[in-house]
Amino acid sequence: MTPELRARLGRLASFFAIAALVAVMTGPSGSNDSPTLGFTQSFAQPYSYFGLFRGQRWMVFLTLALVVLGLHTLWRRGGSGVRSKAQSFRQTFDAPGRRRTSALSALVVVAVVALLVPHLITNPGIQSGIVEQVLAYVILALGLNVVVGWAGLLDLGYVGFYAIGAYVTAWMTGRLPIAAPFHHPVSSFAAIPVAIVFTMLAGVILGAPTLRLRGDYLAIVTLGFGEIILVFSNNLTNVTGGAQGTNPYIPSFTFRIGGIKYLFGNVGYYFLVAGFVAATIVLFRLLEHSRVGRAWTAIREDEVAAESIGINPLKYKVMAFAIGASVSGFAGAVTASQIGVVYPNTFSLYFSVNVLTLVIFGGMGSILGVIVGSVLVQGIAVYLRFYPPSGYQASDLYMYLGALLIMMMIYRPAGLVPSKRRRREIRQAEAGIGHEGDVLLGEQP
Amino acid sequence: MIASILSFWSTHFALMKIEFWYLVVSGITTGFLYGMVAVGYTMVYGILRLINFAHSEIFMTGAFAGYFLMREFVGNNTPSGVQSILLILGGIAVGALASSLMAAFVLERVAYRPLRKRKAPPLAYLISAIGASYFLQNLAGKEFGRNPIAVPQPYGNANVFTVFGAPFNQYDLLVVIAGILSLVALDIIVGRTKLGRSLRAVAQDMETASLMGVDIDRTIMFTFLIGGAMAGAAGFLWGLNSNVGSTMGFVPGIKAFTSAVLGGIGNLRGAMLGGMILGIVENLAQPFVSSAYIDVVAFAILVGLLMFRPTGILGERLGRVA
Amino acid sequence: MSDLVFDVKNVTLRFGGVVSLNDVTMEHRRGEILAVIGPNGAGKTSLFNSLTGVYRPQEGTITLSAREGHPISVIGRGAHRIAAAGVARTFQASRMFSALTTFENVKIGAESHRGIGAVGAMLRGPATRRDEKASDDKTMELLEFVGLKDQANVLSASLSYGARRRLEIARGLATSPVALLLDEPAAGTNPAEKLELANLIRRVRDELGVTILLIEHDMKLVMSVAERLYVLNFGSVIATGTPEEIRANPAVIEAYLGSSETQTSEAS
Repeated sequence: MTPELRARLGRLASFFAIAALVAVMTGPSGSNDSPTLGFTQSFAQPYSYFGLFRGQRWMVFLTLALVVLGLHTLWRRGGSGVRSKAQSFRQTFDAPGRRRTSALSALVVVAVVALLVPHLITNPGIQSGIVEQVLAYVILALGLNVVVGWAGLLDLGYVGFYAIGAYVTAWMTGRLPIAAPFHHPVSSFAAIPVAIVFTMLAGVILGAPTLRLRGDYLAIVTLGFGEIILVFSNNLTNVTGGAQGTNPYIPSFTFRIGGIKYLFGNVGYYFLVAGFVAATIVLFRLLEHSRVGRAWTAIREDEVAAESIGINPLKYKVMAFAIGASVSGFAGAVTASQIGVVYPNTFSLYFSVNVLTLVIFGGMGSILGVIVGSVLVQGIAVYLRFYPPSGYQASDLYMYLGALLIMMMIYRPAGLVPSKRRRREIRQAEAGIGHEGDVLLGEQP
Repeated sequence: MIASILSFWSTHFALMKIEFWYLVVSGITTGFLYGMVAVGYTMVYGILRLINFAHSEIFMTGAFAGYFLMREFVGNNTPSGVQSILLILGGIAVGALASSLMAAFVLERVAYRPLRKRKAPPLAYLISAIGASYFLQNLAGKEFGRNPIAVPQPYGNANVFTVFGAPFNQYDLLVVIAGILSLVALDIIVGRTKLGRSLRAVAQDMETASLMGVDIDRTIMFTFLIGGAMAGAAGFLWGLNSNVGSTMGFVPGIKAFTSAVLGGIGNLRGAMLGGMILGIVENLAQPFVSSAYIDVVAFAILVGLLMFRPTGILGERLGRVA
Repeated sequence: MSDLVFDVKNVTLRFGGVVSLNDVTMEHRRGEILAVIGPNGAGKTSLFNSLTGVYRPQEGTITLSAREGHPISVIGRGAHRIAAAGVARTFQASRMFSALTTFENVKIGAESHRGIGAVGAMLRGPATRRDEKASDDKTMELLEFVGLKDQANVLSASLSYGARRRLEIARGLATSPVALLLDEPAAGTNPAEKLELANLIRRVRDELGVTILLIEHDMKLVMSVAERLYVLNFGSVIATGTPEEIRANPAVIEAYLGSSETQTSEAS
C-alpha cells in the first residue's frame, strides 16, 4: 500500500466514523435497561424528511458522509481559488475607514435586535430562559475571559463564586435557615454590592496562595475549590438549606419612587440584565486597553521579563482572579433574585466547563468573540431546551459542548472571533518564536 | 488531617478494633484501585506533561465493558467455581482491552495527536482533555442512561479469611492480586524492555529521543495503551463492588490524580504508594467525618499538596518513570 | 544617599554542591560604567541574577541604594521589587513581549511603576488619561533616543537582533531606573550594531545619568565603554581596575585574556 493510498483510506474511514458518531449523537437515547437501544436505533430507525425522503437513519448519514467527502475532495483540489476570493472579500471589510462604519452599523443592528427580542419572543418561559441562560452567561463569560483570556489562568472553580454570590443574596434577603445580617433582611437589589464584595474577597483569599502554581495545577486546585463549595452547599443543610434549595422565594428586584412601585418581570429583567451586559462590556473594554490590560499581556507572554520592569505578577493575577470572581458572584446574585431559589445542584463542574466553553469558542481575550460565542451557544441551548428535536435530552448539551471544545482546540484555538494579540501569540508559539514554554495561557513550562 | 486521624484512633482503638481493621482492609482495596488508575495519570504526565482529564472516562469505559460482559453471561444466575474465575478474568480482560483501545486509538488520536503535531501549548491539551472528558461522559449518559446500574455479580464474594476479626473477602483478594500483578508487570515493562527504555527516553527529552530513533507516536500510543488497560481493569473491579454509571469516573479520577501527585507525579511506584496512602487515610477518617464530606478530605489533601509540596512524597521523577 | 548604587559584600551563591559565586565583594559607584568580565562559567550571570533578585545567595549582603531614602537589601526580595526600586535590566537572549508592538513594549515599562488601579482604569477619569498621555510621550521620547521611532508600530518579533537590544534598553529606561544592568548586550549583533550599541550605552549614562553595569564577553566593546572592570574566574573576583590596569594585570592575562583573546577576536 502506498502512503498516498493509505492516507486516502484513512480519510475515508474517518469520514465514515464521524458520520456514524454524529448519527449516534443525534439519535435516540438508550436507557439503563436497554443500553444498546440508542445505538441500534441511531442507524435502524425510519426517517423521513417532510415526505421528500423516506428511509432509514443509516442511509441519511451514509449519504451525508459521501456528500461531505465529495465536498472535501473538491475543496482540496480547487479550494485555493475560493479561499483567495474569500480573503480578498474579507480585506475589503478590513479597510480602516470601512471597518469603522461597518462596526458602527453592526452595533446599531445589534441594539435594535436586542430591543426587539422581548417583543418578538413573548413566551414567558423562553423570555426568562433568555435572561438566565443567555444574558447571565454573557456576563459570566466576560468575567471568566478576564481570568482565562487576559491573565492566562485556567479557572475551573468559577462556579464556586457564582454559588457564593447566590447564597449571599439569599442570606441578605433572609431566605436562608440562618438569619439575615443584623436580623434585618434587605431587598435583593441591595444584596448585589454585598455579593460582589464577598466574592471578590473569596477570590483574593483563594487566589493569593494558589496563583503561584503552574497553570495545570492551578486548574486542578480551582476545580477542588468548586467541588468543595458544591459539597458544602449540598450538605450544610442548616446554613444553605441543602439539596432542597433555599426557601421561601427570593424576592425579585423591585423599584420604588414615591408611590410608584415597579416589580421586575421577565421583560424588566431582560432590559436590566442587558444593561448590566452593556456596562460590563464598556468597563472591560477600558480595562483591556489600560495599563492593567497591557500588564496582563506582558505577564502572559513572559513573566520573567515582566518582573524585570517592576510588574508584580502575583498581584496582577490575584486582581484578575478577583475581578472574575466578583463578576461571577454578581451574576449569581442577579440570577438568584430572578429564579427565586438557589439549588446546589446547579453548582457542579459542568457549570464552570460550560462557561469556559463559551470563552474558548468565542475567542479567548476577545470581548466581541466572547459575546458572540456566548449568545450563539447559549441561544442554541435555550432553543433546544424549548424546542427539543426528537432524541435530544437536555443533558446532551454537554456532549456537544465537549465536542466543541476539542474541535476548537484542533481547528481554531484562538476562537471564532480571535483577539489580535492572542492570534499572534499562538502563531508565534507554533512557529517556535518568542520564549520557551507556553504563551497560549501564560504558563511557564 | 493526619494528626486528627491518629488522635481519633489512638483514643478509640481499643473499643473499635474490628472497625479499625475493617477500614484498613477496605482502605487497601480502594488504595490499589486508586493506584491502578493513578498510574495512567502519572505515565501520561511524565511523557506529555498533560493532566489527562479524560482518564476518568477511560476508567468508566472499562467498567461498562465489564458490565456488558457480566450482563451477557451472568444475567440472573449466580455462577460459582471455575465459572466465576473465568468470568472475572474475562471482565478484567474486556475492561482493560476496551479502555486501552479507547485511550490509545480514540482519545489520543482525536484529542491530543493533532495538537501535538501543531506543537500546541500545554494548556491547549488540557482544554482538549476537558472537552474529551465531557464528551465521553455525556455520550455514555445518553446511550446507557444517567442513573447508576448495579453489576450482576459473577461470584458469591465469600469471606476468605479475617484480619484481626475484620473480614477479608474474595473481592478484596481479587483487587489485591490484580493490583500487585499489574504493578509487577508494569515494573518489568518499564524497567526491562525495549519499550520501557523508549518510554523513559521520551519522558526525559522527547526531541533527543526522536533524534536517537525512538518512534514518538508509537511510544505515546503504548503509554496510553498501558495506562488505559490498568484504568480499565480497575474500572471493572470498581463497578463490581459498587455500580457503573456515566459519571462514575469523576470522583475516583480526582482521587487517583491526588494519589499520583501524592506519590510524585511522573513516578510509577509513587503513584501506587500514593493511592494506598489516600485509600487508607480516607477510610480511617470515615468514623468521624460524615460520608458526605469524605470527598472534601481528598480535595483538601490535593489542594494542600499542590500548594505546599507539589513534588509529592517520593519526588517528581519525570524521565525516570519507574 | 550613598555614592554606591550596589554594595556587594562577601556574597557566596551555591547550587547544590556547586559554588557559583565565592566570597564576591564589589562596589558599583553612582554614575559609572562598570563591567564584569570573565570566561564562560565564571559566575557573571549568577552575579547578575543575584543583583536583580532572581537568585538568593546564601551568604553575604547586597545593598542597593538607588533612590532617596533607606538603602534596601536585595537578597530575599522578588525581582519585581528590585526593578521597582530603580534597577532595570536586559536579558542575554532578548526577552520582549513578542506579540506586542515596539511602542507597546516600551509603554508597559513606562507605566509599570504606577499603581495598579483597575477601578481607575475602568472609569478612565482625567487622572488616568493624564497618566496615559505622559506614558505615551515618554515612550516616544525613548524610542527616539534609541533610534526606533520609525519602527514604533512594528511587531517586536519582527525586529532585527540589534534593534531588539535597543528595544530592551528602551523598555528598561522607561521604568526611570537609577541603574541599568546589561546582560551581554552584544551577543548576536554584527560589528556595525556593536558600535552603535557602545555609543548608546555611553549616551544613556551621559545624557540620562543612568549608572551602568555591563556583563560582556566581547572584549572590544568592554574595553571601549567601561570605565572600571571586575574580572571573575571560578566565581571569585581575581582583579579590578581601569581597562588599562586590567590589560596589564598578569593574573587576568593568565586566567582570561591569554586563553580567550583569540577566541573573542574570532567571534567579533
